[in-house]
Amino acid sequence: MVTDLTEARAWSAAASVLDPEVPALTVAELGILRSVSVEGDTATARLTPTYSGCPAVLAIELAVEAALREAGFDARIERVLSPAWTTDWITEDGREKLRAYGIAPPVKASGKAALFSEPTVACPRCGSSATTRVSEFGATACQAQYRCTACAEPFDYFKCL
Amino acid sequence: MATPLFTALLRLADDHLILGHRLSEWCGHAPMLEEDLALPNIALDLIGQARALYTYAGEVEGAGRDEDALAYGRHERGYVNALICETENGDFARTMYRQCVFAVFMGRFWEAAVTSSDPTLAAIAAKARKETAYHIRHSAEWVIRMGDGTDESTRRMRDAATYLAPYIGELFEADTVTDALSADGIWPDPPALQSGWIADMTPILDQALLPMPDLGFAHTGGRQGVHTEGMGYLLAELHYMQRAYPGLTW
Ligand SMILES: [Zn+2]
Repeated sequence: MVTDLTEARAWSAAASVLDPEVPALTVAELGILRSVSVEGDTATARLTPTYSGCPAVLAIELAVEAALREAGFDARIERVLSPAWTTDWITEDGREKLRAYGIAPPVKASGKAALFSEPTVACPRCGSSATTRVSEFGATACQAQYRCTACAEPFDYFKCL
Repeated sequence: MATPLFTALLRLADDHLILGHRLSEWCGHAPMLEEDLALPNIALDLIGQARALYTYAGEVEGAGRDEDALAYGRHERGYVNALICETENGDFARTMYRQCVFAVFMGRFWEAAVTSSDPTLAAIAAKARKETAYHIRHSAEWVIRMGDGTDESTRRMRDAATYLAPYIGELFEADTVTDALSADGIWPDPPALQSGWIADMTPILDQALLPMPDLGFAHTGGRQGVHTEGMGYLLAELHYMQRAYPGLTW
């Protein structure tokens, strides 16, 4: 019999997996773990990729599978494409953890990436809005490089998608 | 006999794989560190989009070919990308102009494909269009910066525009494959995307002090597997690992 408790246990096992590229965040806080359901002994986790070309997709899927097995389930992973992931799905906790990690969280309301419009990005270290974009693309596809003109520190910004 | 949907998916997947591979050639060679990060990141986006398209093409075909079999298991005549995607990188100006032309085209294509009657294509489009918005912004900024820049950057950007102009029209080609699919609301009709492309390119080219290219004459043949000389060299590198170690997995 599948109880809510079993499903909650499967969820928390899957949800504890960290994103390998931004290890400050779990897959749940990142918003890519869409659901976990249990049928018999099998737990099915539904994950959605952040970016089409995200090289971490497979690593994340394998890590979630391993976490479910460790919790005693037969694990199944489903890759869900629709609806497409958006940075708006990063949880409030996740945004706070990103900031503490030194990455400016995405400015809300994705999809308004109008040509040449610049979001106001606050420095994760000093909070100043006096920041300039150095490059649209950073260490990973999901980050851009910024510099704070108040405290002079460079930092990464988690882009809106 | 390949179905129109399989052929159309293969064409679009090949566009993304081949252009993604071209961009990856800049890794370690870009004119500045920021671009050395940007170009491989954009290449990753394109190759990621190609993966989704190849996987779906393999399902549609139903012959057991997966993304790797389709990406690496064909001869030159089997690739059906538009020729602009395989053009050699040239200098940074030419790479950026090509990127801008293609990204603006894809912006319009994905926007139309979001409402496709094919749910898988619509899902791929919904994801890709958001990524493409960044590619447009990145390449358009460079086209403007170089087009309205120093004497040398202006000369290079003008040369790039002249060189690439005859490769643009092929993107808007229709044939029996696209006609069959667009009649059913599955695939955007390529000629119908041209006015949107011109509308999006106009403010970019105006700021870059560049003329709107003449789309009247177009090199063609890519969709039938007839390629430029550079394609063989590209595939020799792209195929190397699978030829040396067939069936290799990581
Ligand atoms: Zn600061």
